Order: sequence, then structure tokens, then C-alpha cells
Amino acid sequence: MGQTKNVFRLLLITFGMFGFGFALVPLYDIFCDITGLNGKVTGPTYTSYNEELDTRSMKVTFVTLNNKNMPWSFKSDSPQMTIETGKDYLMNFTFTNTTAEPMVAQAIPSVSPGRGAKYFHKTECFCFEQQYLAAGESITIPVKFIIDPEIPRDISTLALGYTLFDVTEQFAYK
Amino acid sequence: MIIFRTILFALPLISLPALAGWDDVNMSPGATALGQEIFGLHMTIFWICFAIGVAVLGAMAFILFKYRKKEGVEAAKFDDSTFLEFTWTILFALILIGMSIPATITMIRAYDDTEGDINILITGHQWKWQYEYIEDEVSFFSNLSTSLDERNNLAPKGENYLLEVDEHLVIPTGARIRFLITANDVIHSWWVPDFAIKQDAIPGFVNTGWTQVNEPGIFRGQCTELCGQYHGYMPIVVEAVSPDQYKEFIMQKKEAKLQQAALTEKLWTTEELMAMGEGIYQKNCVACHQVNGQGLAPVFPALAGSDIVMNDKARQIEILMEGVQGAAMQSYAEQLTEVEIAAVITYTRKSWNNDPSGNAEIVAPKEILDYKTNKL
Amino acid sequence: MSAVIESHHGDHHHGPAKGFSRWLYTTNHKDIGSLYLWFSFIMLFVGGAMAMVIRAELFEPGSQIVSPEFYNQMVTNHGLIMVFGVIMPAFVGLANWMIPMQIGAPDMALPRLNNLSFWILPAAFGVLLSTFLMEGGAPNFGWTFYAPLSTEYAPPTVTFFIFSVHIMGASSIMGSINIITTILNMRAPGMTLMKMPLFVWSWLITAYLLIAVMPVLAGAVTMMLMDIHFGTSFFSAAGGGDPVLFQHVFWFFGHPEVYIMILPAFGIVSHIIETFSRKPIFGYSSMVYAIASIALLSFVVWAHHMFTVGMPIAGELFFMYSTMLIAIPTGVKVFNWLSTMFRGSLTFETPMLFAIAFVALFTIGGLSGLMLAIAPADFQYHDTYFVVAHFHYVLVPGALFSIVAAVYYWLPKWTGYMYDEVLGKTHFWLSFISVNLTFFPMHFVGLAGMPRRIPDYAMQFADYNMIVSVGAFLFGLSQLLFLFNVLKCVYYGKSATAEVWEGAKGKGLEWTVDSPAPYHTFETSPDLTKPQTNS
Repeated sequence: MGQTKNVFRLLLITFGMFGFGFALVPLYDIFCDITGLNGKVTGPTYTSYNEELDTRSMKVTFVTLNNKNMPWSFKSDSPQMTIETGKDYLMNFTFTNTTAEPMVAQAIPSVSPGRGAKYFHKTECFCFEQQYLAAGESITIPVKFIIDPEIPRDISTLALGYTLFDVTEQFAYK
Repeated sequence: MIIFRTILFALPLISLPALAGWDDVNMSPGATALGQEIFGLHMTIFWICFAIGVAVLGAMAFILFKYRKKEGVEAAKFDDSTFLEFTWTILFALILIGMSIPATITMIRAYDDTEGDINILITGHQWKWQYEYIEDEVSFFSNLSTSLDERNNLAPKGENYLLEVDEHLVIPTGARIRFLITANDVIHSWWVPDFAIKQDAIPGFVNTGWTQVNEPGIFRGQCTELCGQYHGYMPIVVEAVSPDQYKEFIMQKKEAKLQQAALTEKLWTTEELMAMGEGIYQKNCVACHQVNGQGLAPVFPALAGSDIVMNDKARQIEILMEGVQGAAMQSYAEQLTEVEIAAVITYTRKSWNNDPSGNAEIVAPKEILDYKTNKL
Repeated sequence: MSAVIESHHGDHHHGPAKGFSRWLYTTNHKDIGSLYLWFSFIMLFVGGAMAMVIRAELFEPGSQIVSPEFYNQMVTNHGLIMVFGVIMPAFVGLANWMIPMQIGAPDMALPRLNNLSFWILPAAFGVLLSTFLMEGGAPNFGWTFYAPLSTEYAPPTVTFFIFSVHIMGASSIMGSINIITTILNMRAPGMTLMKMPLFVWSWLITAYLLIAVMPVLAGAVTMMLMDIHFGTSFFSAAGGGDPVLFQHVFWFFGHPEVYIMILPAFGIVSHIIETFSRKPIFGYSSMVYAIASIALLSFVVWAHHMFTVGMPIAGELFFMYSTMLIAIPTGVKVFNWLSTMFRGSLTFETPMLFAIAFVALFTIGGLSGLMLAIAPADFQYHDTYFVVAHFHYVLVPGALFSIVAAVYYWLPKWTGYMYDEVLGKTHFWLSFISVNLTFFPMHFVGLAGMPRRIPDYAMQFADYNMIVSVGAFLFGLSQLLFLFNVLKCVYYGKSATAEVWEGAKGKGLEWTVDSPAPYHTFETSPDLTKPQTNS
């Protein structure tokens, strides 16, 4: 009798721990939301703001980076842009595969300061998918974005960085 | 007796900083408003901790002396005092609150996300820094310039041993500079003590830091995150100059970019390329391939006697331009100009008995340019 | 100490087997305790030799004896060995020897598991050290092995390193399960939880910490393994992963880990101080609560190791405040030790000297820790020698001194012989002077701006580095004296009494058994519900 009870308790603890592991996912989400940890931008969102909202102008800096061993040329049309919050904007980025081989690249976005990331909405972005370019091919893709007018007043500038990684090998697995 | 001995041994330790002067043993007092504020915070916290330390160790020394075992004196029997324990817990809490207030104020001041007059992108590479002035589209690499002879104790070490670079990061005084900090390979950390900026450079992430220097000067720092074998050899030198001098610096950099194109078209002699190539090699290649071209097995292959270097010019150009997939060799297409790449290839082809006959073909800058153009 | 147990008790009915098989198959907690202690003693000299190489390289500016690559291998393996191969096994060894004797149990609850958890340790370190002989060299990315330096950019031997860490983790988890089970189930009648000796308490809490965080470390290295060999991107930004995630996971393990290396020390030092003060420990229950609250807080402070990764300000402030909170229970402990000595009758035998040095120098390490907690100031301290000074102050004159003190304190009980007091005191004073000579100037060079983990440094750091190196060589040599003293005690010591120390009367069950402790103790539990004659 005592043993059955023990087994039952142990099973309960096991399931409890298992459940706790899953409970951590929303818990950490809340934690990161409160502290603003992790300056990553999530998938495409479509938002529009009505004109009555309090808008202001801000400077957005675009940073294009190549990770090690990524020989592509990767540039934005201009390095900076002054924008109004709550309005749609567009910036063109040009990718060129300068090698003699076809390659696949993945651009990883990062917003700085990190706590500004959740106010930076991209409605269209090449970072949502991988780019395949044949040898010598070049392509220009726009990023469409809108900045939430509720962004804290003390942030007067945002930097949107893209780091280009070579994922040709990983692509070959698929 | 024990206290006496303790004091005796503590004395030389305490007198050490006094002999050397405080500059060598304390934090930089800071060259910027933020640096000075953090220095002030550091000193406040230091003196609080120092006072606590002296009080605790003093009390301890007193107890050790006073209550050493004596003939006819019995040890007391008490083992608890709720009042005392409660009191000192509250006391600790008050001290901590007292410390956290100035710390919070400084913290809020350090996090300032307002616009910068000048934006500079800093990229950490194994093992050098790249600086890009975003508005002016000027970019260059900054390498350690301390000679190998100094590092190997074959020449006297200079005043700024290991803290000297070939290209300073030049910034104007009085302007608010915003740094965007990232990395190209592993995590690095960009630290200039005088500015109180230490910001990790993380591949795929852009971090920010800012500074405003009001007096001209040269400020030195180092990478502070272990980033591989030459982590100790990627210093940072920032030079603050007047806004006029800064304008001139940017103009020069832009002109140099144009001149470079002209140099590429010029007809180069073997001697010119060799002389230039040796310098480039010392600066960029010796870390891995070594002065004698023997490399470091198994990661860094030898160039001396290498089949590619001796016989396959096209492949060698390709390696320098593209790097080697999955190996430590990176692409130098962005870091070095066409002339520099041509020179360093020529140098490797004609050094270390790679060219016993002396007829090895030189590589002209034009060939590098052609390689670039043909690819497009 | 083994030889002695054999010679004195070879005629015992349940005496140990002879030869090597005794040690290989042993399930006796005393034998396994000795194995753990000897293992960590050997690893102390291995890790110490690496420290000597590091200090020789840093003796003067300029390249000295090793290449920067080998230097990084030394730094990495010195850290790994000292943490996982010296401090942790030594504490487990002490737990094996002392916990059953302190709670009146005949042995550990799970003796076969005990044997296994020791014997996989030499295997783990064999795997780790064998990487020195392999192509590409040993791990070179620091004991904190931050990705991507330890994944995409690591030498091929990183896989061996991962395997070795897995084995160490398994060993620690099994050891902890054993300790918890023993403490919860095998206490003598009448020994309630709040009557347990503080060393037992500190280990009970430490064992829970180990069980909580070792799987996290295992998870971190498993994710590394997947990233390196199976195409995942947990820590690589290219596939949507995050290198900073590695640091969060690592330090979620790492911070409790540093308390795992100090909590048992608190227990040991409490025992030694009460014995040589001839007084009961002051504030027993607050000592227990302090250990428990330090352990709980250790789970919510991890990101103070990452103040410079670019956390948002709310995160920085949260981790700054939570870290500062730890100063309260730690301060309580230091004050309790002082109060225990207050109005006592103090004598200064070798264990007491080490325990006093522990309290004094751990206080210095704690105060520099408080400075490091101040996030904006930490922007300047982070990853400099100030940090190196801080953690060596809490680990060397902290954890290591407490282990040395424990060995001197209980050695007569283990072997039945007294160690040489003059040699012991010489060992103490040499260690005390050299440990300060080694680690105190590191504060100065750190504040002046010397980053950690660099194989060569700028001219302004030269003077202090030379002092540090001299101190380190002296400290290293002094430990040979310790080895000599232990061997001398085992082979030529004078017999010790059951109580060993004058002040040990009524200070725990271990002093009620003979010296040396018989191979099997407390085969019938002592009944503590009856009034004790000796307390």
C-alpha cells in the first residue's frame, strides 16, 4: 500500500516537473517582456496607426554587415533616414553575389537599443526568408517598416542592423 | 601576537600602492562626463566597502587578541541573540539601499538613447577592429602595430607596448558620438577605460554605446572578451581632435579612396611590390602563417613550399579574395586594397625559397581588380 | 591515510579487501571519501602546474615560455580542473567521510552509486586531459566556453570536452542524490533537521543546488554538441539562434555553481571556529537560513556576469539589486562567526588559523563582489583582473583554505595520528602570505585596466605582475609542504585521542568514535533522544 502511494507521488512529481518545464516558456516570455531582454525582431506584422496619434520625427540608421567568410556585397541605398513615427517607410537593400558559385544567404536583423525592438514593425522584410543568388547575380529588395508612435520619448534614434550569413551548406541539407 | 604578525604582513601590501602612486592602481578617472561619474561612483562604493572591511577585520583582530585562551578564564556559553541578529540585518539592508541609490542614478545616465552627431560602426574581427563612419561612408581596419621583435623580446619595448595601432579611431571633440558595436566572427568586447564604455561585440547583434570628449587627447583600450589566440593583441586607440582637424581627417580618407583607384592602374615593379608586401605580411599574416611562412599545424598551413603559393596564382588570388570555407582563412577583399593584395601575394611567392630561380611571376594590382570585375 | 586504516583494522571482521580491488570495488563511505580527497589533491597539483605556466608566461611583458594558443589552453584547463576536479570532488570527499559520521549513520544510503560516482570522475578528467595530446590541442575557449568561440571556432577536441563535462555532471548528480538520501533518511534517532551539524546542512542545500543546475550545464553542452555536429543553430545567429542565449544558460548554471563551491566551506568553518573558541556556534538557525537564502538567491542573479552584453536597463537594475541582496545573508554569516569567537577561549592550531584566514579573506572577496554587483561600475571592472582577484579571493583563501582546514581538523580522526603542528603552521603562514601576494595586486592591475585571459600585457602592469608571479610560485611550492605533512602524519604521526581537540567535546558525533574511525562506524545508531553525557 505504502509503495503504491510512493509510486503515485513520484509520478506526480515527474509530471509536475515536466509541466513546469513547459510553464517556463510563457513565464520567460513575460520575464523578457518586462525586462525587454533580447533585442530580436519577430515575424511580419501589419499595423496601421491613425493620424491623430502623437507623432514625432526620429532618425533610423541602417547597418549592413557581412559575417566572416560571407563575400557578398550588401548595401542599403542610404545609411540613414529621418522618419515620422506611425508612418510607412521603405528602404532598399542591394545584395550581390560576387562569387563564381551560387550561394544562399540569410540576413539576421537586430535593433538597437533592444528595448526599441518591439516598436519597430516591419511589414515586409527579406530577413523573413533566405536569399538564393546565382553567381554574379544582384537583387534589390525593400524593407517596409513603421515605427510605433508609442515608442518611449527618450529614444530618439534607432539602428536597424542586418548581418548577412552564408547558409549555403545548411541549405544543401534540405 | 597573531595580530602583530598579521599587521606586519599586511603592511607591505598596503604600502605597495603608496610607492607606485595611485594612477597605476586605480581606475581611470575618466575623460568624459560619464567616465568621471562612474569613477566617482566607484570611489564611493570603494570607500564604503573599505570602511566595512576595516571595521570587520579590526573587530576580528581585537577578538582574536582579547579572547585568546588564558589560564583560568572560561569561554562564555551564549549562542544566540535575536536582537543583535535583527539589528545587523537591518544595518546591512540600509547600507545596501544607500549604495543602490547612486548606482541607479548613474545607470540611468549611462543608458542614453538620444541621437548622436556622428555614428560610428565598430566591428570586431579576429583579431582587429574595423571602424566605419556611417555618415561619411569611410571605413578602415585598425591593427596592432607593436612589432614582433618587441613581442619576442628582441627589441626594447616602447612606451605603448601592445597598445599601439596603425590607424587611430579619430573623433571630433565636443560632438556626441554614438557607437554601434558588433562582431564579424566571435564575441569581442570594445573597452576604452577613459570613456567608461565596455560593450560586447556580438555577431548578429548591434549594441550601442556613446561618448562625448571635450578635450583633445589619445585614449587607449583593449578587447576584453576572450576571442581566440590573439585576444591580447587587438588594442583600441581613439584620438580626439578639434572638429576642423576631424573634417580634414575625413577628407583625407575620402581622397585616399580615390587615389587608391589610380594606384591600381599604375605599373608596379617587383621591388616596390616586395617592399610593400613584406609590411602587409607582417601586419596581417604572421599571426597565423608565422614570419618564416611555416604556419602553425594543424590549423594554419605553411606558405613556404606550398604548392598553391608556388604554382597556382589564380587559386591564391581566389583564397585571398574569398577566404577558405570552413577554415580560419578569411577574405581580405574588404580589408586590403587591390595593391596591397597584389603586393602580399607577390611577397609570399618570392620569399622563403619559394622562388629559387627568381623567375616567379609577380601579381599586378590590375589582376586583382580584374578578378573583382570579372566576377560581377 | 588508507594504509593506516588497513594496518589498524586488518583483523576486523568486516575489514577491507587487500590491494587495488579494495579501492575499485569499495562501497565504504570512508574509502570513497579518501579516494575523492586524493583525487582532488592530485588534480590540485595538475591544475596548479597550469597556473604556474600561466604565471611564468606573465612574469614579464613580452612572450616568455608558451605560445598564446597554448596559454589559452592553460587558462581554460586550469579553470575547469580547479572547479570540477579540485574544489567539488574535495567537498564531496569530505561529505562522504563526515556526513555519515556526523549524523550517526553506518554508511551512505546508496553505496554502489557512491562507488560509481567516484570512478567515473577519473575517466572524465582522463578524457579532458587526453585532448592535450590530440591534433588541434586542448580546449582553448576559457572555462566559461562562450559560443561561438566554443562552437564554430573551437578546436575539434571540443567534442571530447563536451563528453567530459557530461560525465562530470553525471558524477555530481549521483553524488548529490546520495547525499540528500543519506541526510534525509539515515539520521540517528533524535537528530531533527534543526539539530544537524552545519556541515551537513550546508551539504544538504548544496546537493539540491547541484541537482538543480547540473542538468542545465548538461543542456548547454548538449546544445553545443548539436550545433557543432548536427546542424542546429541554438547559439548561431545565422540560423535564428542567439550567442547570448549561451551566456544566459551557462550562467544560470554558473552562478549556483560558484555557491556550490562555497556553501560547504561555510559549514566546515563554522565547526572549526566553534571548536577552537570552545563555545557553541552563534546563531545556529540564522546560519541555516542564511545558507538557504544564499542558495535561493543564486538562481536570480545570473546575468550579473553579463552586464556588458547590452541588456536593457530594467534587466541591469534587476540583476544589480538581486545581487546586492546576497550581501545580507553573507554578512550575517561573517558576523555570526565573529560573535562565536567573541568571549570565547581561542587557541590557534592549524585548522583554526586556516579558518580565521578564511573569514578574513573571504570578507575581502565578498566586498569586492559587492563592488562588482554595482552594474555601472562593473562596466569598468568586467573581464579585468579585478574580477580575477575577486573570484580567486573567494575560491583560494575561501573554498581551498576551508578544505585544507577541514583536512587538518579531521585528519587525526581519519588516520588516528596527529599531523606535525609546526609544519602545519609553517604551511599556513607561507600560504597566507603568498596567497595575498598573488591575488591582492591583481585588484590594482585590474582597476588600472588589465583585461583577463591575455598572454601578454602593456608596460604599466609589469611591476605588479612580477609580484603576482612570485607570490604564485611561492603558493604553489607551499602546497608541497601540505602533501609532505599529510604523508608524514599517515606514516610517522603520534597517536591521537578520540576527541583530538580540547574544544571538540560535545561538538558532534564524529568525536565520540575512536581515532582512527573504525572501518564501520555507528552500526547501531546512537540514540540522541536520551540525554547526552558529553554535551
